[in-house]
Amino acid sequence: MSSSKRITKELTDCTTTPPPNISITLPSDSNISLWHITLSAPAESVYYPGKFGIIVQFPLEYPFKPPQITFATRIYHPNITNETNGSICLSLLKTDNWKPSTKIVTVLEAIRQLLVEPQPDDPLETRIAEQYKNERKEFEKEARAYVSKYAKGQVKFNVVDGAGAAGEGQQAGRAS
Amino acid sequence: MDTDDEFMSTVSSEEDMLPDDSDNDLSGVDDFGFDDEPDPDLDIHHDIGQKKRAPYDVKFTVYQPQDIQQQQDVLVNEVNMILDISKEEAAILLRYFRWNKERLLEDYMDRPNQVLEAAGLSQTTSDPPKLEVIPGFCCDICCEDEGGLQSFALKCGHRFCVDCYRHYLGQKIREEGEAARIQCPAEGCNIIIDARSLDLLVTAELTERYHKLLNRTYVEDKETLKWCPAPDCQNAIECGIKKKDLPRIVPTVSCLCSHRFCFGCILNDHQPAPCELVKKWLKKCADDSETANWISANTKECPKCNSTIEKNGGCNHMTCRKCKHEFCWMCMGLWSEHGTSWYNCNRFEEKSGTDARDAQAKSRVSLERYLHYYNRYANHEQSARLDKDLYTKTEKKMVQLQKESGMSWIEVQYLSSASMALQTCRQTLMWTYAFAFYLARNNLTEIFEDNQKDLELAVESLSEMFEKPVNELADSKLKVDIMDKTSYCNKRRIILLDDTAQNLAEGLRSLYLSPVWLRIKS
Repeated sequence: MSSSKRITKELTDCTTTPPPNISITLPSDSNISLWHITLSAPAESVYYPGKFGIIVQFPLEYPFKPPQITFATRIYHPNITNETNGSICLSLLKTDNWKPSTKIVTVLEAIRQLLVEPQPDDPLETRIAEQYKNERKEFEKEARAYVSKYAKGQVKFNVVDGAGAAGEGQQAGRAS
Repeated sequence: MDTDDEFMSTVSSEEDMLPDDSDNDLSGVDDFGFDDEPDPDLDIHHDIGQKKRAPYDVKFTVYQPQDIQQQQDVLVNEVNMILDISKEEAAILLRYFRWNKERLLEDYMDRPNQVLEAAGLSQTTSDPPKLEVIPGFCCDICCEDEGGLQSFALKCGHRFCVDCYRHYLGQKIREEGEAARIQCPAEGCNIIIDARSLDLLVTAELTERYHKLLNRTYVEDKETLKWCPAPDCQNAIECGIKKKDLPRIVPTVSCLCSHRFCFGCILNDHQPAPCELVKKWLKKCADDSETANWISANTKECPKCNSTIEKNGGCNHMTCRKCKHEFCWMCMGLWSEHGTSWYNCNRFEEKSGTDARDAQAKSRVSLERYLHYYNRYANHEQSARLDKDLYTKTEKKMVQLQKESGMSWIEVQYLSSASMALQTCRQTLMWTYAFAFYLARNNLTEIFEDNQKDLELAVESLSEMFEKPVNELADSKLKVDIMDKTSYCNKRRIILLDDTAQNLAEGLRSLYLSPVWLRIKS
């Protein structure tokens, strides 16, 4: 399968010269299409020093179809849905824009950049985006609160439903 | 005729009719004239398309798939010759400029490199595309690196193996329906794949689909072109009516496949009602807002358990079936409190009571008004549908008539024209009711309603004659009557359309329409 050859190569590249702030594990040795990524928030971002779990699922048609990426750790961010297994909005990952030669490193780098610089004009969480634009202080306070609540210590990938329910009271309205 | 021409000029010519559009027009027609196999039907339709008589008529041209292809070829060839670039590149440039040749040439002369880059061409080469085997090549997509691997690269030089290229193109064309903007698979490269390279890489079946998609973008890119929406019809229609003209004219066009539709909204012909009104009306009919209206006009809620109750006769002493609550239908108060004044609710005169009654009456009136128009609209819609069945029956009738009466084929054609007249007139009548619903009352409404009545009477009497058994149809007097009535119906329809179209064209200045728009906008 051409897809596994490509994924193997990318995995080798990522482990020999790991991209900054990123570490990769395979939850199952037999399944090379599921990656667990631990992303340490860059120092210049408001999410520092949080550690975020990211799940990368390579579809069968990879690299002709983009990988599916979810946040296993909850994060308070305009472009990532405010829930366990938050989905992420990245133009690079849309089917129309995806190029088969794009490497996962590029995608991870784009996500890292999104933590430093959210894109409030293309939001998944409109309320958070509004807050980011108009009340930056409030936004940063909330983002840091999320970090200390969810993004401290060992990253958990197999989040059980309800584990994140503690913050339910603050859940933002989802962008439609 | 003068006034008609004036009308047309107010509608379309002052709007920026692109000069190249009219060029296309002419070339299309010319081509027909000199075609190797002239099609009589086409000529008829081109005639219809070109005459502009009545104010409700718009100028339009029907193009068949080969015409659409040819128009593109003509433009591609021109650009190919003027700019000295390959045809494939000319096509990509034209698509980028949405087939606006003048703008393309102007921009290209000013700053060729930027234009090429923006369109996804970068510097042009004339080498034909070819597959290559390059020693030591490793495909960046599948990471395959065995020797003898065939590979391909566009001008940008991003090289991938043939399998990956094929898979990529197949997915774009088949799954995503993309054709005009398929980029090089390399990350961040916006070079567009051209038709010649594509032909080299994919199967004939995919190439065919690719060219179909390209054709589609040609029609979709041009504001003046639209596909005929009839099922399986591949023709496109060109019409200069712009979106901003739509409140003032209803651009009904007619395809070679005989489907008549509105160029503005692609729905079936809805003269004389303008598009916005049609949209509004259809939404109103589809909504259950009117059901809600009925409920509010005819029912009340039980004051205790809130069950909806319809009073279907009898006295005002209501007993709720559900909760057994007893109350007065008039004042909604407890029945027990009515004491001796049973059957004569004295709270009826109270202000709250009268207010409630007013609101209810108002709702009832608007409901009745709506139903009046809706029933007539729906009736004509249904009759128009039945007319379609009737048309097939007519054909049988005509054959039968030929056999029984010894009439010739041409002599029984009057039945076919009668059937056609019935269909178009009913279609028009149907929309006059939707139109009338939004019309405010004034002198012009009376004229409109008179026209409507005349047409309706004529249509109904023609319909009646038309349904006579075959042996009676053979009667020469009835034949003459039917022919007279047919032409009378058509005439009445034209009078009605003329009148409304003229008033529409005058637009907001006219007393006729301003109240309508006020009503619609509110």
